[in-house]
Amino acid sequence: MRIERPVAVAACLLAGAALVAVLAYGVAHQHASRSIDRAVAAGDRPTAPGLHLPRLGVSGEAAIADWRGKVVVVNFWASWCEPCRDETPLLERWHRRLAADNGLVLGINTLDVDADALRFERAFHLTYPMLRDRDGAGARRFGVAGYPETVVLDRRGRIAAVARGPVDDGFMREKLRPLLREPA
Amino acid sequence: MTRLLMLVCGLVLFASTAAMAADCPRTTVADLEDEVMCPVCGTSLGVAREAPLARRERAMIERLANRCQTKAQIKAALVGEFGPAVLAMPPRQGFDASAYLVPGAGALAALMVAALLLRRWRRRGASSALAPTTALTAADQLDLEAELARLR
Repeated sequence: MRIERPVAVAACLLAGAALVAVLAYGVAHQHASRSIDRAVAAGDRPTAPGLHLPRLGVSGEAAIADWRGKVVVVNFWASWCEPCRDETPLLERWHRRLAADNGLVLGINTLDVDADALRFERAFHLTYPMLRDRDGAGARRFGVAGYPETVVLDRRGRIAAVARGPVDDGFMREKLRPLLREPA
Repeated sequence: MTRLLMLVCGLVLFASTAAMAADCPRTTVADLEDEVMCPVCGTSLGVAREAPLARRERAMIERLANRCQTKAQIKAALVGEFGPAVLAMPPRQGFDASAYLVPGAGALAALMVAALLLRRWRRRGASSALAPTTALTAADQLDLEAELARLR
């Protein structure tokens, strides 16, 4: 069997291009996407990715969309993360405060040992709902690259604010007050 | 009688403890740290020494090893907590399958290229061996014979 030179060259180029594409795909998926941050910085409100996750410590699952109509502070955390420990009491205070205004804090425990996460929840007497994102796949869809990170959703399930790091009272006041005044 | 009963109980207790110890696989963190990842660090557990998550994973491995769990059982428990990405060897499905397919495809392509080159080299060698020699012109023939005669 005789292979023509142009065919052989084309096959080699195709194989090379396929290899480069596979490597590029792999490298691109190693880094968290910042498209949400760019959209929010530009004043847009992108629709939040739909997450459907198991609840932490109890049976059953829940989706972020289940809280549509409320202002939702989605907090990505892990029990091994030191800044999460410092931030958690503030989130619990805000969760209690938001209840009166049809809002809530939603914790998403990520890349953690189940028993450690439950111990953390008990130690801080947390009352807000918790979901379990065991491999961090859900967090990556929100561009989460570190812990803690927080995303604020408006009543229509759109991302209105992002904090890549711990939140403080100033952030919560500034971002939540206008959202709470918006109609559903 | 009481002493005999106590001795028998002691022996039974000793025998059952020894049997349990013999059944315990004694898995260590070192056995697993090159086969398990620290998902946040992006490195194996053996490399990620100080990361908080790596410390938690080590503690979990030790806890399970103390309960006489085998390496496979501990790995399964880690996958249950952190997902399949916690394993250093990627799963053989989805995009991760390329980790197995790409080297295989590369080796196959290299073999094919080598076979093609070898065939071409052998064909070129054969054709050069069979190539007809150029006949001398009459003038060259005369010059050659004169030169040979002179040397004789």
